[in-house]
Amino acid sequence: MKTDFKNIGKQIVQNRTLYLMMLPFTILFVIFTVLSVIVAIGLGFTSYNLVEAPQFAGFSNYVRMFLDDDLLLKAVRNTLVFAIVTGPLSYFLCLFFAWMINEFPRYIRMLLTFIFYAPSISGGVFIIWTYIFSGDSYGFINSFLMNLGLIADPIQWLSDTTYILPIVIIVQLWSSLGTSFLSFIAGLQGIDSALYEAGAMDGIKNRFQELRYITLPAMGPQLMFAAVMQIGAAFSVSGICVALAGNPSVDYAAYTIVMHIGDYASARYEMGYACALSTVLFTAMILTNEFVGRFLRKHTNL
Amino acid sequence: MRLGKRTGRRQVHTVGGDIVLAIFLVIVGVFMFLPFIYSIVQSLKPMEELFVFPPKFFVRNPTLSNFKDLLLHTNNMWVPLERYIFNSFFVSVAGTVGSVIIGSMAAYPLAKFRFPGSALYEKIIVLSLLFVYNVTAVPQFIIMSKLKMVDTLWAVLLPSMASSLSLYLMKNFMSQLPDDLIEAAKIDGAGHMKIFLGIVMPNVKPAWVTAVIFVFQGLWNMQTDSYIFTESLKNLPTLLMQISTGTVATAGISAAASVILMLPPIIVFLISESQVVETMAHSGIKG
Repeated sequence: MKTDFKNIGKQIVQNRTLYLMMLPFTILFVIFTVLSVIVAIGLGFTSYNLVEAPQFAGFSNYVRMFLDDDLLLKAVRNTLVFAIVTGPLSYFLCLFFAWMINEFPRYIRMLLTFIFYAPSISGGVFIIWTYIFSGDSYGFINSFLMNLGLIADPIQWLSDTTYILPIVIIVQLWSSLGTSFLSFIAGLQGIDSALYEAGAMDGIKNRFQELRYITLPAMGPQLMFAAVMQIGAAFSVSGICVALAGNPSVDYAAYTIVMHIGDYASARYEMGYACALSTVLFTAMILTNEFVGRFLRKHTNL
Repeated sequence: MRLGKRTGRRQVHTVGGDIVLAIFLVIVGVFMFLPFIYSIVQSLKPMEELFVFPPKFFVRNPTLSNFKDLLLHTNNMWVPLERYIFNSFFVSVAGTVGSVIIGSMAAYPLAKFRFPGSALYEKIIVLSLLFVYNVTAVPQFIIMSKLKMVDTLWAVLLPSMASSLSLYLMKNFMSQLPDDLIEAAKIDGAGHMKIFLGIVMPNVKPAWVTAVIFVFQGLWNMQTDSYIFTESLKNLPTLLMQISTGTVATAGISAAASVILMLPPIIVFLISESQVVETMAHSGIKG
């Protein structure tokens, strides 16, 4: 449908109720989301401490990221580990478990969906992981391994830099079967059963072929939606790191960009630099999303 | 139709495969759910059982003393436990109600009408699904401090009311409603608002139930410590963080706090699971 630009004024008056209905959401959305992106980009070029007026600083914040911020490297490295490891991995786990659960009758399916989804909505439960991985011999894992005689002394799981990141990744994966997972569950149920019947006649032999040639191509829109949600989550990991390893963690082993930005903003009041870092993070997320989107458009029926 | 699906799919599925799948899912399911059981078990253990060596998974003499201690612990602070629970409920309920009202009002025009800029509006909403709240936290904090909202409950309430995820889900669901339904009401002389309240909303119940659940979960679990500094305005997750970073002696009460924290979202989801799944069937991004 083409917009009739000549009668725009008349249309607006005619449909004023519709515009008024959209107004409250639009105002809040513009202030807290659109404006915050604009503010981040704008203040990224200034030096600003929240009290005095912002001073224009050109690209100096961006230059500083490369030349004068050693900790950033560590934060970027850890964030990329999350974005590259837990992002895709949890995406595939969401799909994989949803696919397996979908094979069961309705009530078992609902129970399994609940069990797999529950960790993502229970904000406080990951505290329990600090007791499971507790560094003394009362820790669940430590006492288990010591009972078996596999280790003689308790391992400092959450303060030994070899273990911190892997443990945070496990807990992150455990709690990451969220909105995308539900989207897959629902999407799989919506696939027309005639497609499967036709596939069986066309010589599809097992459930893996069925997944590859029928299910996945039909799930394009859900795969796209889940990609957006997972990218958002993977680049912004921080809560679980703080809860498990503390902030700062030992040798910054679980330190991420979001924590780095928060540190500059709330501890040092260097808002200009924090905004420049946020801008880089937005850009990385949008580019990744664009890249994944192109891939999915090419390989599914979108 | 259901029968057709079964016979059609059976051809490529073996019984052996079904059994392997079931065993695998049970093992992973136990891993997924164990931390919940462990939290509940820990919260019921008396002090001497929390610190026996080797630690036992199950509780021998269950007691509610950790929950009582949680009350006492917070009574020694300036702010009683009830206050944190009240803050959590107040913010979650008020934010959820507000969000669903303004979100559904905006979803209806986007779902059923084309107007200048509507395509762009939708694109921006989809793009904003990427920005989880802690990514925009710093610029948002700057905006809030200019609006004098920092350290008030508005700082938590207002941004979550403009949830693009719930708008997006409700809009997609409303798009599935037949246009005839709306046209017929229009011919009968109903205005936009009357159509919205009388026809659209009753027909998209799963969509707004889902929006209620997602916004509620987000607000209930939200760490508000970067916006709220006054102790009497803080919520349960913030309290739990404060307790759990304390000494070992708090192991029992932090388990008790995490049990109180985890129950509401889980119960709410359990009640409405089928409606959520129905809504998520329309969650896909097209094009």
